[in-house]
Amino acid sequence: MRRASWFNVTSLALGLAFLYLPIAILVIYSFNASRLVTIWGGWSTRWYGELLHNDALLSAAWVTLRVALVSASAATLLGTLTAIALVRYGRFRGRIVFSSMIYAPLVMPEVITGLSLLLLFVAADVERGFWTIAIAHTTLTMCFVTVVVQSRLVAFDRSLEEAAMDLGCPPLRTFLTVTLPLIAPAIISGWMLAFTLSLDDLVLASFTTGPGATTLPIRVYSEVRLGVKPEINAICTILIAVAALAIVSASLLTKLHDVGRQRATR
Amino acid sequence: MGTGVQIDPAARPLVRFEGVSKSYSGVAAVDALSLDIVEGEFFALLGPSGCGKTTLLRMLAGFETPDTGRILLDGQDISAVPPYRRPVNMMFQSYALFPHLNVARNVAFGLQQEGLPRAEIDARVQEMLALMRLQGYGDRKPHQLSGGQRQRVALARSLVKRPRVLLLDEPMAALDKKLRQETQFELMRLRERLGLTFVIVTHDQEEAMTVAHRLGVMNHGALIQVGTPAEIYEQPDSRWVADFIGDVNLIEGQVMSSSTDATLVASAAGDIRAAASRTSPGDNVWVAIRPEKLHIAAGGGDGLAGEVIAIGYLGDLSHYQVRTDGGPVLKVAVANVTRLSERPIGLHQRVTLTWAAASALVLTR
Repeated sequence: MRRASWFNVTSLALGLAFLYLPIAILVIYSFNASRLVTIWGGWSTRWYGELLHNDALLSAAWVTLRVALVSASAATLLGTLTAIALVRYGRFRGRIVFSSMIYAPLVMPEVITGLSLLLLFVAADVERGFWTIAIAHTTLTMCFVTVVVQSRLVAFDRSLEEAAMDLGCPPLRTFLTVTLPLIAPAIISGWMLAFTLSLDDLVLASFTTGPGATTLPIRVYSEVRLGVKPEINAICTILIAVAALAIVSASLLTKLHDVGRQRATR
Repeated sequence: MGTGVQIDPAARPLVRFEGVSKSYSGVAAVDALSLDIVEGEFFALLGPSGCGKTTLLRMLAGFETPDTGRILLDGQDISAVPPYRRPVNMMFQSYALFPHLNVARNVAFGLQQEGLPRAEIDARVQEMLALMRLQGYGDRKPHQLSGGQRQRVALARSLVKRPRVLLLDEPMAALDKKLRQETQFELMRLRERLGLTFVIVTHDQEEAMTVAHRLGVMNHGALIQVGTPAEIYEQPDSRWVADFIGDVNLIEGQVMSSSTDATLVASAAGDIRAAASRTSPGDNVWVAIRPEKLHIAAGGGDGLAGEVIAIGYLGDLSHYQVRTDGGPVLKVAVANVTRLSERPIGLHQRVTLTWAAASALVLTR
């Protein structure tokens, strides 16, 4: 391998610093003993302890977790079905329109999605709260699941399903015993992606929230406006850890599956 | 014919295609095709890619439905029966082994669908693995096997249900030449031992000639000729088949006289004595002579005179290109039974070509 030049090393270091320095500072300051956020007072896990007594933050975290679980599961179900329809049912009428529309939430500014959902909920006279946030997050994250599952389905060898049917397996059972186990890694990583996206969404949640359904990002945002408290740093660190874990396991899962497949086709 | 088994094409057919057509967006893949396949037969569908042979096989498996016509199995119309209810199993070109199941569970898959008791499934899987020389591989995943082993697993999986007909879609395309030849003979032994009917699709004529009792040569969705390998090779009934199967010299000419024991054809290369045919003087015909049926001798004499313009040495055979004095270039294949140094014919030498009249066929289409 070629030795990295000083230019490469510097640009890599600068790039990584640009991305991760703010996060590193936040993590470090979450272990700060001092009450003043900007002054270092030695190492301490004090704010993690205080966090346990901060009911407002804890209940917000609980709401966020529930929203993320519900919306990620709904988005995974809908997104997988969409991917199957797009890949499997050939050139049905309006397929092009449908498949490009699926990507709209990926590129649409969240403010616009949020506003239009708010208008919809108001027009339909839906009481805003937990379920409206969950629905909003499902709309956003469904397309991510579709993209992930779709790419796996496109690479899927159809003769596997034909072989199963040839051996006497009816279509639905073929899907459950052959197709589903083989695309499961994509479905799981789609779920994790949806979960993470829902976990840290502020914009959609603040548009579609109602009384009693404050998510963690909303709580953090409103508290920061009154000044950063050390507990916020602590809860943010936990949030980063959860998100990182989800992303890393999702990508590991996909990697492992790919390695297995490459071996299979070798 | 490899196994020496005589197949009577007039016996009651196990599989019958009756005027079957299938087209994709207006283009006919299979065109009003009729064919009978007899019980216990090893039948090969042979043709260039895109000739419709795979479509025909997939219709028999149930993955495609014919637009018109019927497919009968044991006298029953199965055209509308879905693939999972047909007593027909297929071995796929890609093998299509389930990557998430081990070898034993791949083979057991078809039996599980029948809801057989566990003990019987296990016994039959073990028996099949033994037959395919795969004992001890039951716990391996497909990606841990070699190409040849994977092929045997695929074969075991498609045979374990004891299908009425086993369909083989280019089963040896992924194997190297040596393994392919071994597998061909193994397939023939297997068919004989199990007494099943095999239908193989291949574009490899050597493979088709080796394994099959009868072959059907296909082109543009139609069967051009059906017969034993010897019939197809020795008695092709069209220029296309003569040219597709093996090497051939095709010489265009006009019938001078036609009798019960020979046909005399005038061509640019000279007058040709060919086998008897149903032609009359004045007909435009083609004479087909296989390169190995031509005898080459130095010097002059009776026959077509010409000059050697190229020699290809293949080890067991030598190929000569001879330009006849009339113009056309003919290919001659000579078995190298003597040592190279003892062979008398060299480049640019004058030679005479002779043949037995019966080995020169007169083709009208």
